[in-house]
Amino acid sequence: MNWVGSMSNPLRILYCNCTYAQVVPPEVKQAVLRKLAESGVAFDAVADLCEMSAKRDPSLKQLASGSLKIAACYPRAVRGLFIAADAPLPAEGVEICNMRTESAEQVVGSLLSQENEVSS
Amino acid sequence: MKPAATTPIFRIALYEGAGSQPLSRVERAELLQTLLDRGYAVTCIRPGGPVNAAVEGRLLVLGKFDEQKPREAEDDGGKVQLHFRPIHGLDVPAMAQLVEQVREEWNAPKPGGWKPWFPVIDYGRCTNCMQCLSFCLFDVYGVNGEGKIKVQKAGNCKTDCPACSRVCPEVAILFPKYKAGPINGDEVRAEDMQREKMKVDISALLGGDIYAALRQRSTDAKARFSKERDEKRAIEERKKCLAKLQEALDIPPEVMNALPSADLIRSKTAAAMAQKPG
Repeated sequence: MNWVGSMSNPLRILYCNCTYAQVVPPEVKQAVLRKLAESGVAFDAVADLCEMSAKRDPSLKQLASGSLKIAACYPRAVRGLFIAADAPLPAEGVEICNMRTESAEQVVGSLLSQENEVSS
Repeated sequence: MKPAATTPIFRIALYEGAGSQPLSRVERAELLQTLLDRGYAVTCIRPGGPVNAAVEGRLLVLGKFDEQKPREAEDDGGKVQLHFRPIHGLDVPAMAQLVEQVREEWNAPKPGGWKPWFPVIDYGRCTNCMQCLSFCLFDVYGVNGEGKIKVQKAGNCKTDCPACSRVCPEVAILFPKYKAGPINGDEVRAEDMQREKMKVDISALLGGDIYAALRQRSTDAKARFSKERDEKRAIEERKKCLAKLQEALDIPPEVMNALPSADLIRSKTAAAMAQKPG
């Protein structure tokens, strides 16, 4: 079962539902989740990155260990949350889509683009 | 429930890889939304698709498996306990109910119960001036072994209070769940620096150091009280001062009501300054 234990992969997708606040427009985050679910891609969905950071969830280190596209909020906040959990995101290979300011179409377009070269 | 280091990790994997039947698109989307809204993390495993690896804790694997799976298993390293549950014939509410049942069987805490509200330091901007540490009355901040500021007790932070970010002269403190920029993590612009400086100037408004000003006001009020025997006036003066501070720093009223005594503030400030390196 290659999804348990150590696993290296070229590019993963992480979706944050920002469950415990109403700062991400619900229509945007719901549409992003729905389109991701319908797309058939594999991805990780978390209830709230802030909560994971506060708990120093060890899976953040796993997430920060390779190329990653993130649908969450402001990049400065997302990077800060990973640093706060002692899991800093690499400077290269991470793309953060901001659901507070971008449309669902923009976010999904970025997440599902075939480019493996991502930048912050 | 505030963050606890001992909280066991409980994750869900929705397995649609080899040896299982996929859910319908609608069913998958609805199940994900339901579980995320309840505070669970879910990994969607699809054929050939990369996902984050589970590293420890308990992993509940839901799927329409072609063959019967053992109810429990371990990964090769023995750090992840796997629990397989088939979801054939279940509708989404029943799947969600199954998750709740398994969580209760494991005595895992119910997710949520705490709005994750705490400061996040932008170390790219922070100059380690310790204003935030001196300012916060709830021991949220501390320093690491190298004398660098850090958030040490996130759970102590008062929900919806962004006051420490207001006194940061470098706009280096974020609250990702705050309503507006740059405190929410939005880019810091020149006008933001100017505005934040104006807010920091609340200290100037109050005569330099905020706490020193409060103490001075308190002393003045006491002096007046001793001279005039006008307790009511002294209290009104203090209230006026605190109201000004509350408005300028966007501090929720309940936080103002929870402020420690002047003596405690003095001792905390002294302790914080003693921690500062150099």
